[in-house]
Amino acid sequence: MDINEHGHVIEVTDLRRVYGSGFEAVRGITFSVDRGEIFALLGTNGAGKTSTVELLEGLARPAGGRVRVLGHDPHAERTAVRPRAGVMLQEGGFPSELTVAETARMWAGCVSRARPEKEALALVGLGRRADVRVKQLSGGERRRLDLALALLGEPEVLFLDEPTTGLDAEGRRDTWELVRALRDAGTTVLLTTHYLEEAEQLADRLAILHEGRIAATGTPAEVTAGQPSRISFRLPVGYFLGDLPPLGELGVCGHEVDGDVVRLRTRELQRTATGLLVWAEGARVELRGLDVRSASLEEAFLGIAREQGVAA
Amino acid sequence: MSGVGERTGVRGGLGRGAAVGPGGRRLRALARAELTLLGRNRTAVVTALLLPLALPFSVRPAVDNIDLKAEGLSIGTVTLTAAIGFSLLFAVYSSLVSTFVARREELVLKRLRTGELGDPEILAGTALPAMGLGLAQTVVLAVGCTVLLGIGAPPAPYLTVLGVLFGLALCALLAAVTASFTRTVESAQVTALPLVLVSMMGSGIAIPSEVLPDRLASLCELLPLSPAVRLVRGGLTGHLSGYDALGAVGIALAWTGLAVFAVRRWFRWEPRR
Repeated sequence: MDINEHGHVIEVTDLRRVYGSGFEAVRGITFSVDRGEIFALLGTNGAGKTSTVELLEGLARPAGGRVRVLGHDPHAERTAVRPRAGVMLQEGGFPSELTVAETARMWAGCVSRARPEKEALALVGLGRRADVRVKQLSGGERRRLDLALALLGEPEVLFLDEPTTGLDAEGRRDTWELVRALRDAGTTVLLTTHYLEEAEQLADRLAILHEGRIAATGTPAEVTAGQPSRISFRLPVGYFLGDLPPLGELGVCGHEVDGDVVRLRTRELQRTATGLLVWAEGARVELRGLDVRSASLEEAFLGIAREQGVAA
Repeated sequence: MSGVGERTGVRGGLGRGAAVGPGGRRLRALARAELTLLGRNRTAVVTALLLPLALPFSVRPAVDNIDLKAEGLSIGTVTLTAAIGFSLLFAVYSSLVSTFVARREELVLKRLRTGELGDPEILAGTALPAMGLGLAQTVVLAVGCTVLLGIGAPPAPYLTVLGVLFGLALCALLAAVTASFTRTVESAQVTALPLVLVSMMGSGIAIPSEVLPDRLASLCELLPLSPAVRLVRGGLTGHLSGYDALGAVGIALAWTGLAVFAVRRWFRWEPRR
């Protein structure tokens, strides 16, 4: 039985990772990824994304908790998992003096069921760069070579650690398209990113990591829905916060004042915005710097970082 | 960037090299890439090829001052042993310390570890070209010395072969151990030096151990490369009793076991951060 009774391809339970220095990088996280799903681990640098992925890849043993990939422990049973998994590290290592084609040929020789090297290179758009030495590749091309090698074994599970860092906008979109195509063909993808747009565009589900813990998880819409929308503006000269209509009546669930800048949080954006604008109209004042934005992943992300920062 | 869904019927890996098994196929793929890299590293090639050829002749003046006949040695056997020893030290040991460190610092080892290769396969595949170069050099040197210095057929060639094989294995393993304690490719020149010097002096490579004072000589027999050199020379001279040969094999095995343990315990697969 390769997959457990729930059909999860990746299953992580109360996972912990502690480095030799005593630093606890992963502090008890739980999530699962289903077959044919793209799952994104989102977080700032140092949130524990790479530390987590390395445990899933079987590169290190967890300090606590459990990891199962395709029903196996990726560290203890690596021979069962590796032939079916593709990995792209955050920083791939290839001998700088080999050409792209030589690198791919070497890697293909180390994979059980390799697709033709040319096909893998063509998938990532490196077909014409086959005879170029790795040291002459741009940062983005190197990332794409890394992705090509991860795809050589036609993996069922793909681990991508910051796959588009260093890519230009076009390269990033090409990679997104490729990852979606892989997902549609049945590949399970776990990726990390600190690009919110990437998670929003690609992920079927995601988890926001903060200081080694999962701060929020769900579909991008679910994670966003848990967050308030925001309105900010400058108070007109001579006016104070108390001159506004009672904030509770406007549906405001939180506010900050920073000099003359007011920031409101609301879960009823239309009601709050309408109330505010009607008041401004009646008072014949202009709300300079007015910025109204519905909840986005960015809001969720910043909100979590702020709240947790205060809590810590 | 398209065509993921259309899975091609051709799966390149199947059939190709199926006869050697997956482990053999992986080793060959890695060794082939490593051989390409070795060929492109001019410094490494020159060092590995020229030093073992040039150094034995630089020790000639010293050897000339020694009464070889009294020790049952000849110019030919001393020179050939020295040449094989230098080949092990420079073409295999020193060059592999640099290679292991370079691959680790380039994150190549870490990347390889995400694939299907096992740890021993990664180390072996990386080491094979240098070991092959050492072996090829040994063969060329043996033929050259036999022809040019008139050694004649060795009385116990199997001891020489055994010595060379132990030497190759130990040099590769000790290179991995040394690499564990080496931070940069540049410092590999320095960290490789102790074993090179100690072996040259104490293991009978530059100075035949037969001419050392007895007590020092028996202590030096315990050095890591001493048994390999003793077996090589013993095979050439025929002056190694079965008992001594067994002793040498025992010491070589002990060092091999110790080196394997040290690699498993201390080898670093990625750079320190």
